Amino acid sequence: MFTHNKILAYILLTLSFLPLVSCKSGIPKDALTLTPTSLADRQLETRVYETTDEKKLLSASAALLQDLGFQLDESEVPLGVIIASRDRNVTDAGQVAGAIVMAILFRVSTPVDRNQKVIASLTTKPIDNKRTAVRIVFQHMVWNTRNDLVKNECINDAQIYQDFFSKLSKSVFLEAQGI
Amino acid sequence: MTKNIIFCITIFSVLFLSGCGGGQKDFMKSDESQVALRSIQSRAFDTTDKTKLCRTIIATLQDLGFVIDKADDTLGSVSGTKRAGYSLRMTVSVRPRGEKQMMVRCNAQYNLETVVDPEPYQQFFTALSKASFLEAQQVE
Repeated sequence: MFTHNKILAYILLTLSFLPLVSCKSGIPKDALTLTPTSLADRQLETRVYETTDEKKLLSASAALLQDLGFQLDESEVPLGVIIASRDRNVTDAGQVAGAIVMAILFRVSTPVDRNQKVIASLTTKPIDNKRTAVRIVFQHMVWNTRNDLVKNECINDAQIYQDFFSKLSKSVFLEAQGI
Repeated sequence: MTKNIIFCITIFSVLFLSGCGGGQKDFMKSDESQVALRSIQSRAFDTTDKTKLCRTIIATLQDLGFVIDKADDTLGSVSGTKRAGYSLRMTVSVRPRGEKQMMVRCNAQYNLETVVDPEPYQQFFTALSKASFLEAQQVE
């Protein structure tokens, strides 16, 4: 009888902690503050073009995003906004091989990355009566074979942004030439 | 004794499952603190240029690490999501307040819950105020 009571006490104690854990919450303190890297990020994500024709820049950007395999999700020309996304399979042979080895050695199934969604959010903003700024932010989300979201973050690779803007410069030129 | 244990476990499991959940009808519930929350989420700005204010909101959100999900000039609304291991969604709307002011209201959702803490909203309005060179005025 004593043992039963003890077991009961343990179970009740454990169960009473569970709701506390599951309701844990809290927005990080720095989620809505400008960080020391904010300015650097803005510079990385922005290029200035010598034009006042915002519509032309937006249309060239939309064409480029399509060239890159993105689907246009939203656009609002009066505010200079285009949102596009791209889904792709990111199954990596190395990861799959690792999962197979784990399965053989330890008989455990290890999830591997499967789908990636990249979101591109592009905005234009007139700077003065000669120039317009284009800012693009890429974020990506990765789901594994168990459908868990394993990556959910901003892409900060400078090369990606440089490539995009160098292509955009060409695209603007092609649009201007009517090609 | 075993019966007692099973009974207790059942009761606690039910309590645990119902503890955090919101019923289907909960989303229409008006909290007593709704008025307080609205005041936390709103500020007035001395401008009448809705489009310019919307553009400043977009730039501010981007500076804070958000990607813009939707923007509508007619409605004066901008939505964005910050992904940094977590998801923080914000919807900011702008509407005229009197003849000379615009009212900015924002609401944030951290993962699956509404943000009710005044501090993050204050931080957002401070950033927006800096970017727009306008003072964010508290309204009742």
